Amino acid sequence: MAEKKPDIAGKRLSVAEYQVNFADLHPPLDHHEALVESDRCYFCHDAPCMQACPTSIDIPMFIRQIQTGHAKSAAKTIFDQNIFGGMCARVCPTETLCEEVCVREIAEGKPVKIGLLQRYATDEAMAEGVHPYVRAAATGKKVAVVGAGPAGLACAHRLAVHGHDVTVFEAREKAGGLNEYGIAAYKSVDDFAQKEVDFILAIGGIRIEHGKRLGETLSLADLQKNYDAVFLGIGLQGVNALGAKDEDADGISDAVDYIAELRQAKDVSALPVGRRVVVIGGGMTAVDAAVQSKLLGAEDVTILYRRGPAQMKASGFEQQLAQIKGVKIKHWVAPRQVLAEDGKAIGLRCEYMREASGTLTGTGETFDIAADMIFKAIGQTYVDVLGGQLALEAGRIKVDSLKRTSVSGIWAGGDCVAGGKDLTVASVDDGRRAAENIHQFLKSL
Amino acid sequence: MADLRSNFIGIKSSNPFWLASAPPTDKEYNVVRAFKAGWGGVVWKTLGEDGPPIVNVNGPRYGAIHGADRRLLGLNNIELITDRPLEVNLQEIKRVKRDWPDRAMIVSIMVPCTEQSWKAILPRVEETGCDGIELNFGCPHGMSERGMGSAVGQVPEYIEMVARWCKQYTRMPVIVKLTPNITDIRYPARAAKKGGADAVSLINTISSIVSVDLDNFAPMPTIDGKGSHGGYCGPAVKPIALNMTAEIARDAETRGLPISAIGGITTWRDAAEFIAMSAGTVQVCTAAMTYGFRIVEEMKTGLSRWMDEKGYSTIEDFRGLAVPNVTDWQYLNLNYVTKARIDQDLCIKCGRCYAACEDTSHQAIMQEKDGKRHFEVMDDECVACNLCVEVCPVDSCITMVRQTEGVDPRTNKKIDPAYANWTTHPNNPMAKIAAE
Repeated sequence: MAEKKPDIAGKRLSVAEYQVNFADLHPPLDHHEALVESDRCYFCHDAPCMQACPTSIDIPMFIRQIQTGHAKSAAKTIFDQNIFGGMCARVCPTETLCEEVCVREIAEGKPVKIGLLQRYATDEAMAEGVHPYVRAAATGKKVAVVGAGPAGLACAHRLAVHGHDVTVFEAREKAGGLNEYGIAAYKSVDDFAQKEVDFILAIGGIRIEHGKRLGETLSLADLQKNYDAVFLGIGLQGVNALGAKDEDADGISDAVDYIAELRQAKDVSALPVGRRVVVIGGGMTAVDAAVQSKLLGAEDVTILYRRGPAQMKASGFEQQLAQIKGVKIKHWVAPRQVLAEDGKAIGLRCEYMREASGTLTGTGETFDIAADMIFKAIGQTYVDVLGGQLALEAGRIKVDSLKRTSVSGIWAGGDCVAGGKDLTVASVDDGRRAAENIHQFLKSL
Repeated sequence: MADLRSNFIGIKSSNPFWLASAPPTDKEYNVVRAFKAGWGGVVWKTLGEDGPPIVNVNGPRYGAIHGADRRLLGLNNIELITDRPLEVNLQEIKRVKRDWPDRAMIVSIMVPCTEQSWKAILPRVEETGCDGIELNFGCPHGMSERGMGSAVGQVPEYIEMVARWCKQYTRMPVIVKLTPNITDIRYPARAAKKGGADAVSLINTISSIVSVDLDNFAPMPTIDGKGSHGGYCGPAVKPIALNMTAEIARDAETRGLPISAIGGITTWRDAAEFIAMSAGTVQVCTAAMTYGFRIVEEMKTGLSRWMDEKGYSTIEDFRGLAVPNVTDWQYLNLNYVTKARIDQDLCIKCGRCYAACEDTSHQAIMQEKDGKRHFEVMDDECVACNLCVEVCPVDSCITMVRQTEGVDPRTNKKIDPAYANWTTHPNNPMAKIAAE
């Protein structure tokens, strides 16, 4: 096993290399490219892409609007369903949503580039600097939204459009939630997450109070008392445990924290990264952490996943991206023990796994892998800071189809609710749906 | 290997692909390059009468309709006839013809509609040694305001008169170029024949405004805030040209009159279609103006390969074969019943056929089966209109299948294998023969 101290350092690459590595993953389409690509859309009847979109954006319509020279109309079509259309265009796993069911994917394996077209339209509209909505007359109703992530802000925006006054309570310094803290840097360049927050807040009627954390500096009872309605979009605050021996050694951290640190870094080159990095997990977070470690200059980056490629939550595209960037994915292995020296992790002892009649079992055969840094990306969990005030389901807040919780006057959406898909776009849909139901509720007061 | 050589009213060329009278044939430089590229002939850009040269606008001359990826589908121009001195053109024509004896050299002419004007220019053109002349009775813009071009082509009597002068004052073969800006193309064609013309060529450009600039509300191309209608050509006009060619080919009075076809010919296939519709040569302009002279290579090899595959050794082997199959609507077989069939293996489930049929046609396509997205034709509603075939993005996914026996589920009538048309149909009050 490694004998020297863990090799963790920044400045592994040249300035130019960092610039290339953290540039836009998918460069935007220019005007002509957008026209050509939009012309590929067949304007399907009852389009499969639209049905696959968690926010039900009228995709054929917005593409036709681009094609006929009205990108801003296209953007309005998108924003009507998804005010985070700009970020979703960048981070949606379109290969498992709209583009997966595009009839051209079926016909020729080359779907219409819906994500890039959506980005083209929303970029055009946001560059104009004019907010596309006008608030309805003030209703005098007040709504509290907890969490300034995609669910919370989507809810706040739609409520503001309807003329309600919204106060958003946010624990962190910046609004945007995982858009700001949780997405790979190369998917959201040029501080786009904050620009989008500014764009959304331009509707007016939304005030954000930072440093307010539910269960600590904020109580649900106060919110119920002081507001006409409450929406919770508080996300997932916990992280699953590894269940391996010595997992509290130095050099082991949560991938989400590292990604957040990277996103907030003014200078990514200064961010220390291990020469050898191991990421445990099989989802988007694992891929984001692994790829970014590689881009930061790590020499060997390995993703360890206990099952096979088909079971990975990361899409085929994400898996390929990892491999293209030089990340090694080892399947059917589970960490059993952190190898540490002087309290510092220097590697992992893993066991080969197999699946027999649907059950995952260890084979008893093990191997050691050296690592200077180890990231856990094995899923986040809902932490019930409300002490059982709201009914839960499968460990998250229980809501109905209108996003109402078990308590009247309280709605919830995004990753914190049961059935959550851990997708920005699904959270946005929750927020918008909740807002529409809250609006109906407020009208009846 | 098919023989592409053409003999059109005695004018021989190495292949039937001629460049039409237009900017590509305005001068020696272009024409020599065209011949080097392999064009069988050219119709030199229209010469006007001697005197002060023609003046063109100094702003844009062209406007266009584009498809996806800016594919040029239709071109509009307001350029006039040659703006170079007559004598310069004549000298160049003479030199090029001398250097390229196996290529056709036709000279297009447009002079005022007076006998003296034609009598004056014809000997000078003939002196070049060119193979024939084409009378430009077609241009719909500019020159027509001065009583030339389509202003002549729209009056059959003038066509006949000028054609006769030309036959009188020159030994050269005379081709009359027709304007499509007329109600019935057969009339000017008949007039050309009556005047003694050896052939007609068609179509010249169609009067058009391709677009309006929505910022200054002027037609495009815009000259200092104003626009004038131009002449439309390119792929978009091919169907119009093909129909007019067919009309002349099957008209009792003009049947057999040699035709040099023009109008949106872009590929070997377009050329083959016009030749099948009786054209002896085809003239190309927009395709060359879009892609350059090299396209003739594709046209020649494509036509040659197709002829080989079909077993045609010369152009004459298939020329005019489509003409007998062009008929009037009233003679179409009303007992011919077909139904659209969607190949479920090829179907990509875009639903365009459904939207088109449901919204705009006969509600004959289902969009769901067993709770699944599924598009299938309902024979009891399908009138076989072919719209679904045309809107389907997948080639050969929807086809029309003939029903030869049994009962048409839409009409509940027994399929009659016999031919029967409208002229004898019981619903026709003008029926020539009473239906039994």
